[in-house]
Amino acid sequence: MSAPLVDISSVSHRFGQHTVLKDVSLQIEPGSYTILLGPSGSGKTTLLSILGGFVTPSEGKVFIRGEDCTSVPPAKRPTTTVFQDYALFPHMSVGSNVGFGLRMQGVDGATRAGKAREALALVGLASAFDKKPHQLSGGQRQRVALARALVIEPAVLLLDEPLGALDLKLRRQMQDELKAIQKRVGTAFIHVTHDQEEAMALADHCVVMNDGRIEDEGPPERVYARPATRFSATFMGESTILAGTVTEAKDRTSTVATPVGPVSLPGALPVGFAVALAIRPEHLVLGEARGGVRLGTAEVSDVVFQGSFKRVLAVSVEDPSLHFIAKLPATATVQPGDRVAISCDTDQIILLTD
Amino acid sequence: MRRIVRIASWLYALAVYGFIFLPVIVLVLFSLQATSFPIPPFTGPSLRWYDAVLSDPRLTSALVNSLLVASISSLAAVTLGFLSAWGFARFVLPGSGLLRGLITLPLTVSYLIIGMGLLVLFNWAGVPKSLLAAGIGHVVINLPLCFAIIYSQMGDHQINIERAARDLGAPEWKVLLLITVPVMAPAIFAGFFLSMTFSWDEFVISFLLTRFDTTLPVEIWNLLRSGLNPKTNAVGSLVFAVSIVLVVFFELTLLRRKPA
Repeated sequence: MSAPLVDISSVSHRFGQHTVLKDVSLQIEPGSYTILLGPSGSGKTTLLSILGGFVTPSEGKVFIRGEDCTSVPPAKRPTTTVFQDYALFPHMSVGSNVGFGLRMQGVDGATRAGKAREALALVGLASAFDKKPHQLSGGQRQRVALARALVIEPAVLLLDEPLGALDLKLRRQMQDELKAIQKRVGTAFIHVTHDQEEAMALADHCVVMNDGRIEDEGPPERVYARPATRFSATFMGESTILAGTVTEAKDRTSTVATPVGPVSLPGALPVGFAVALAIRPEHLVLGEARGGVRLGTAEVSDVVFQGSFKRVLAVSVEDPSLHFIAKLPATATVQPGDRVAISCDTDQIILLTD
Repeated sequence: MRRIVRIASWLYALAVYGFIFLPVIVLVLFSLQATSFPIPPFTGPSLRWYDAVLSDPRLTSALVNSLLVASISSLAAVTLGFLSAWGFARFVLPGSGLLRGLITLPLTVSYLIIGMGLLVLFNWAGVPKSLLAAGIGHVVINLPLCFAIIYSQMGDHQINIERAARDLGAPEWKVLLLITVPVMAPAIFAGFFLSMTFSWDEFVISFLLTRFDTTLPVEIWNLLRSGLNPKTNAVGSLVFAVSIVLVVFFELTLLRRKPA
């Protein structure tokens, strides 16, 4: 296995009294698309700033291509950043914006213009070369910022909530393009977002952050299907969370007592251990108890039609503090006030031990 | 009734503008007088007094001096003002608020006090009375102005633009020269032209700090001591015209908004 392209080693950072990153270690593989996903205040943007060289961490080291870059200024490290507000130079043409990095490297005018045109063609804006940034739409400015950052061929491209300022439709469209561009140029992208859909759509490697720590990381499919922590189970997609205690463990099967009755799970756990069981909305079965695990009865409190499916909220009759979130087909006929039996399959239950 | 109110408000507006502009109109009008006294009846128009001004070597050299002092001192004031505004806007300094207050404080001090202070200081330091001394005085009065104008236009948005330039490999002096200065150009030009305007017709400091070579307002004052004549009107009109041009430049650069 090759050495990681970026190696973040035990990085902590404080702003005054406030600790925003707590002993974070992360490795980025060459050519990967990494998403740092987390709510605001989770430290994801600070981590990106540390990678870009705008912030020097209080503790820990950052290696890029094996070199210690911890306190190397942005100008001298092989990273470029696409800023959330694009930060285009308003007094320069689009072509000069894209060529700026090459100009700083001392590349002559003709070569610069040629490369800038290529980069603009890559993002589908070949015709904008002579325009000024203010003549472009938000989505187009975004592409110019991308071309400007890519043209100097960085080892790592850092994107700070790049789609945050765009409307939903454009965001989904740019998302597909970002992925396509990344595959074409093969540069490692590190992209910060709080949008879990964006994360699932783009990431090869998804890093879920909360409160200055990495909660979970891995391929998005794995993070969604088998989240490592309770936070990850509720932030990357929704989950119904059942708190429980292990009461019995034998023959590689454990029994967990929950407010809605005992649940048997594969695997041996220490008796008396407090656990949480997470179930994804699409795995809950309402009505006729068909699943292997009975989860009691619940009263439907809300049904939201969302086009291709219905999102159903239900309150457990056995434990009114327990809220079920289920996803049913659009043709489902449940109404608020209905009392339904709830169940699911054993292998769809995610066991969380944090 | 409403008619009367309307007429009254028109009259009022006329009176206000008349009060402001009548002296200037009279000055300009009698600069075109054909005879030797700037009093009614008007005998012009004639350009003979302008001719007299432009062929007076004392006045023309004072005019050149004024332009030199104004442009060089404004350049110095705007450069220093820009650098201090950038420093305050981009770096966390201890006692930043207090220091910012101190840098703008000369705006509230009368030119007479500043001129006297500089006179005492230069005497003590052995700097002779000269155009240079007056120019330094003009930097003292205009630097706070340039600082205030430029600082007010430095927003947080430009921070990311500067960061982007650094990120793309620009050393700090190139960030300033290629990014910050062009982005701030409207405020920088506005500061420059306003400084020019103030320096151009500044009298007290120039009067206190110059001796043999002097600026136009001081020369005009010399001229006035020998009594009114249309030549003083003509040179005053010239001063006024230049001021107008500078103010127009100022307004064009600061008030013109680029499409966002």
